[in-house]
Amino acid sequence: MNLASMTITCDHVLYQTEGGAVVLALTGAVTIATVSGLDRAMRQEEPAFSTLDIAAVKEIDTAGAWLVWRLARDAGAQITGASGQAERLIGAIKTCSGVAPVTPYRPAFLTYLTAQTGKVVLELAAGSMRVLDFFGAVVATAGSVLLHPRRLRFTALVRHMQLVGVDSLGIIGLMSFLVGVVIAQQGAVQLAQFGAQIYTVNLTGRIALRELGVLMTAIMVAGRSGSAFAAQLGTMKLTEEIDAMRTIGVSPMEALVLPRILATLIMMPLLGVFSALIAIVGGASISAATMGIPFFTFLSRVQEVVPMIDLWVGVVKGPMFGLIVALTGCYQGMQVEGSSEEVGKRTTMAVVQAISAVILIDAFFAVFFSEVGWI
Amino acid sequence: MNSEPAIRITGLENRFGAQVVHQGLDLEVRRGEIIGVVGGSGTGKSVLMRSIIGLQRPSAGRIEVLGQVIGEPCRADIDIRSRWGVLFQGGALFSTLTVAENVEVGLKEFYPQMDPRLRREIARFKVTMTGLPDAAAAKYPSELSGGMKKRAGLARALALDPELLFLDEPTAGLDPIGAAAFDHLTRELHETLGLTVFLITHDLDTLHEICDRVAVLADKQVIAVGTIPELLASDHPWIHDYFDGPRGRSALAARYPGPVAGGQEHF
Repeated sequence: MNLASMTITCDHVLYQTEGGAVVLALTGAVTIATVSGLDRAMRQEEPAFSTLDIAAVKEIDTAGAWLVWRLARDAGAQITGASGQAERLIGAIKTCSGVAPVTPYRPAFLTYLTAQTGKVVLELAAGSMRVLDFFGAVVATAGSVLLHPRRLRFTALVRHMQLVGVDSLGIIGLMSFLVGVVIAQQGAVQLAQFGAQIYTVNLTGRIALRELGVLMTAIMVAGRSGSAFAAQLGTMKLTEEIDAMRTIGVSPMEALVLPRILATLIMMPLLGVFSALIAIVGGASISAATMGIPFFTFLSRVQEVVPMIDLWVGVVKGPMFGLIVALTGCYQGMQVEGSSEEVGKRTTMAVVQAISAVILIDAFFAVFFSEVGWI
Repeated sequence: MNSEPAIRITGLENRFGAQVVHQGLDLEVRRGEIIGVVGGSGTGKSVLMRSIIGLQRPSAGRIEVLGQVIGEPCRADIDIRSRWGVLFQGGALFSTLTVAENVEVGLKEFYPQMDPRLRREIARFKVTMTGLPDAAAAKYPSELSGGMKKRAGLARALALDPELLFLDEPTAGLDPIGAAAFDHLTRELHETLGLTVFLITHDLDTLHEICDRVAVLADKQVIAVGTIPELLASDHPWIHDYFDGPRGRSALAARYPGPVAGGQEHF
């Protein structure tokens, strides 16, 4: 309970005058702190009265005035004994009674479910069109920059190559090293059961170069840079920076989107190879430590057992993944509209969609390369 | 009513690292007045307001609001917050709630025992009381214009029937008609509800139109408090530049047609 309501309360008395009129008299303070009780009592009792006497009310505010007025209105009663203050407040609020709903229309569950399903499907279709539209704009911009190479934002490109590539070497290195350790260690435990522990080298080397290096890198870049693209562009959209750019005649596609996409495109294969190499080093380290395969023996074995094609498979996928990650990030960022809440939503969507798409494409490539005989 | 001041600040000091914003600042706001706070950019008007409402812990000094010392962790500190309302510059509406739900937040927090139907009614009349159309109650802040956001913010500030209202640049970003309407609304609410209003503004028209007194912030202190004619009588150069500059003069001319003589006693 509120302090104020403990000190002063609001009471009501119902009585009949000699003339037979029923009077509801309020006493004490009718304020925001006390109206709850009075309101509840009135809703339960639903008394009929023709006069509402508030002469004994010592304190009143707008919440109180509202309740007094509403009680009188609902009972069709007359308000008497209002002080100057009460009269002023009642006068102010009685023009303010609205009937509009306080919350927007919220449909029943089943209606909501079907409506929402329809909305999602339609949105998916419209979204696909927008993605294609965006991709087309990126390609067109890239084409025009190709024709006029001087329009390429070289500084921005290098800057983003650093942010996407160089700055993430540490975290990608650490992650790859640990993944290499886990593959080699777990692989060795299983392979030892067939006495084929030496094949740990094949396992680690091939999977790192073919699959894991570039896939883990893409996931990391999606989380690190794809999200950053979405948040940066989204915020710039909110603060009207992008609109300002357009009015000055600078194409945001050219100045913002293209450098980011190109930078990711260039850095992804490099990071993928780096990641694979570090993973092999991780595998070699754990093998040297626990399996008695010397570090350099492991590395020279990798040279013998891993075919060159594995490296190319990894490298080919790099730019694809980079394109997906950067495109999703920039696209989601450019879609931001309205509120800051949207920035967060779009950033999350950028990461989730990029990672899902990357894994989907990776699965496709795995089957595809096997079928064409790049094993 | 109580004759003690609504706000009493003594020896306030605010510093951020080496940068001193306020030093030895004193200010008294009387009950039932509209006080305008002016000052150049960076003189700490917003910091002053944030100190008073307890969002910024001052490095030194004492702030008393409605007889309660701010910043002392006690139960009463919670209660004082239901006795003031704050309108932030951009409205600061909760973006995931509708306008009416925004108004209800304070009611739910301080009066959880209130019947939801009554709460809804109160929210609704507060929204209309601030001049918003009936239909605005169910809208989300992102669907409102800047002026409507301010009104919605004001409705939320008034939700708990406060005695004291803080307005941070209420007319900034509004068109002249919207600004004049907001001034009118402030004055009207002040008169009907008996509010004390602490108003930060750059709008000279607002100052002339609705403020009983004006406090001038400069040199880390409140250098003068008084009605505008009183301030004009002072010889501080900043005050003169402010009220007697081209913009100040036109606002003054609009308020007092004919030649302006110093020292009108009635304002």
